[in-house]
Amino acid sequence: MSLIAFAVTELAPGDGFGQARLERQLSPAAVDALRSRAGLDRPFLARYASWVASVAHGDLGRSIAYGAPIAPLVARRALNSLLLVSASLAVTWILVLPLGVWMAARDRSADGRLLAAGATALIAVPDLLIAIALLLVAAASGVLPTGGVRGAGLADAGRLAAIGDLMRHLVLPVSALTLIAAPPLARHVRASMLDALRAPYLLAAAARGIPYRRLLWRSALRAAANPLVSLFGLSFAALFSASMIVEVVMSWPGLGPMLLDAVRSRDEPLVLAGVMLSTVLLLVGNGCADVLLRAVDPRIAA
Amino acid sequence: MTPTIRTAMGVGAVYAIVLGAALLSPYDPATQHRDRPLAPPARVHVVDRDGRVHLRPFVYADDESGPTYPVRFFAHEVDEDGSIGSRRLLAVDPPAHIFLAGTDELGRDQFSRLLYGGRISLGAGVLAGALALTIGLLLGCVAGFFGGWIDAAVMAASDLFMALPWLYLLLAIRAALPLDVSPGRALASVVIVIGIAGWARPARLIRSVVLSARTRDYVTAAAASGASRARLMVAHVLPEAFSVALTQASILVPQYTLAEITLSFFGLGVGEPTPSWGTMINAMLRQELSAAHWWLAAPAAALVVVSLLYHAAADALHQRSQVLPAGAWR
Repeated sequence: MSLIAFAVTELAPGDGFGQARLERQLSPAAVDALRSRAGLDRPFLARYASWVASVAHGDLGRSIAYGAPIAPLVARRALNSLLLVSASLAVTWILVLPLGVWMAARDRSADGRLLAAGATALIAVPDLLIAIALLLVAAASGVLPTGGVRGAGLADAGRLAAIGDLMRHLVLPVSALTLIAAPPLARHVRASMLDALRAPYLLAAAARGIPYRRLLWRSALRAAANPLVSLFGLSFAALFSASMIVEVVMSWPGLGPMLLDAVRSRDEPLVLAGVMLSTVLLLVGNGCADVLLRAVDPRIAA
Repeated sequence: MTPTIRTAMGVGAVYAIVLGAALLSPYDPATQHRDRPLAPPARVHVVDRDGRVHLRPFVYADDESGPTYPVRFFAHEVDEDGSIGSRRLLAVDPPAHIFLAGTDELGRDQFSRLLYGGRISLGAGVLAGALALTIGLLLGCVAGFFGGWIDAAVMAASDLFMALPWLYLLLAIRAALPLDVSPGRALASVVIVIGIAGWARPARLIRSVVLSARTRDYVTAAAASGASRARLMVAHVLPEAFSVALTQASILVPQYTLAEITLSFFGLGVGEPTPSWGTMINAMLRQELSAAHWWLAAPAAALVVVSLLYHAAADALHQRSQVLPAGAWR
């Protein structure tokens, strides 16, 4: 994986010093000196080898545009992204489970159908537009902050105030991500619940007089849980991808805007680090989902 | 009329409109009407101030006063300096303008830019979909048909591509391509980026279809009667994969249209002055966030309509075929 990412950034014409080359004050020789200091004049495989070696030591190299070591730069961004994605993941699933179950339970009636139709319509609206629409609404109402992670002048405020401020800044991006991720998930919860409800043993249980509510939340939900847990892993991936759009639109300082800037300024080490890190985060997320699936369904052995 | 035909006609109509941009748009998308930046949409009248009804619709020049300027149909566009332009569906004589969806901050006609931008955005979606499906069909067929280490290699590669978050992957590949190029080459690079990023899913799907098709009795019969492997693949297995590819296209093309719009929203697509819906949506955000320039939201509105149409079409196709697994999340 890392080899492909490295090769891809390698293929790019030009490098982070293209801009420097245009500066009059810098002689071509000086630019070449800068390049060789960054190691850009060495052959491809040699650079790949040294890059892998340094990553193994926890050193991601130096960003060309920022002129600073990448690791702390990226770590802060990744934490911000992770905070946003995990908060959205929690909100989405807390919302989606009862909603999906309710939609399945009321499948024969108008309100359940209406909600399902609404979810379908929301799926069709592009992620980008959902984020923009929320941003416009928030900007017009002026209640919520429309960008960043923390407000100004909080340096001397207490810890509680800082947390409250962070929460306020989270509301907008989290609700955007929830609106993006929840509708398809709710549909899947509904479908898998409908499947579970169709099982003959539930009819038998109902015939024995077990209350419907208990059937719904105990038996059927447990039967439906298996596909839902694998969905959980997928939803992490989808949220992670969608969070990039939301981060850029709502100026949330996560990995997304950083990677975008890096691509624009041809900051290859930074692009590389960003892509690698997002892949690792995603793999970790999928691994967690696997572990969870095994915990829920012991039949799936290692 | 079946839902499939109805929705296909809707999508077809959208494509016909953007393909006919040269005739349907009243102005060139790059022409800047410097004296009319951020002009609101033109009001086309039938009844004038004195209450007279005109058979031919007309517009006023600046404010709603002065002489009337009739709308001419299928007429040549006339510039402010009197030079004759190309033939347009709608044209008015200078100094009046017919900005059906207003103008942007440079005084360019939004409606014309919408049509031409749709050509880029929707066209990129179709081309990238075709590219991804071609790669997917090729690799999926080869992997499913030959099996063994080829299959293992292709599937490992597709795992890799699907493990990456889609947008990050898109950006990584975009980083490999030049930033400032001519519109044609920029469009080509966007199409290639999206196509390369998206081959994995169709390849997997087609591989599974090929795998099951291989074991069908008629394929075994054809093999028994001496058909070559190439013949088996092209004549017996490929047609089955093809119908799946078509259904897959109805899912991929909207997704890739959005990918183009997202890339150009990020400033990594086809650059100005060539319009794309992504750059137009970006321009909408750059203006002060207010309801004062509501007509700048036209591309967003168009995108919602097109997305709903796409979705309806994909749904109809899906209902019809039911070949696809229902749980393919996104």
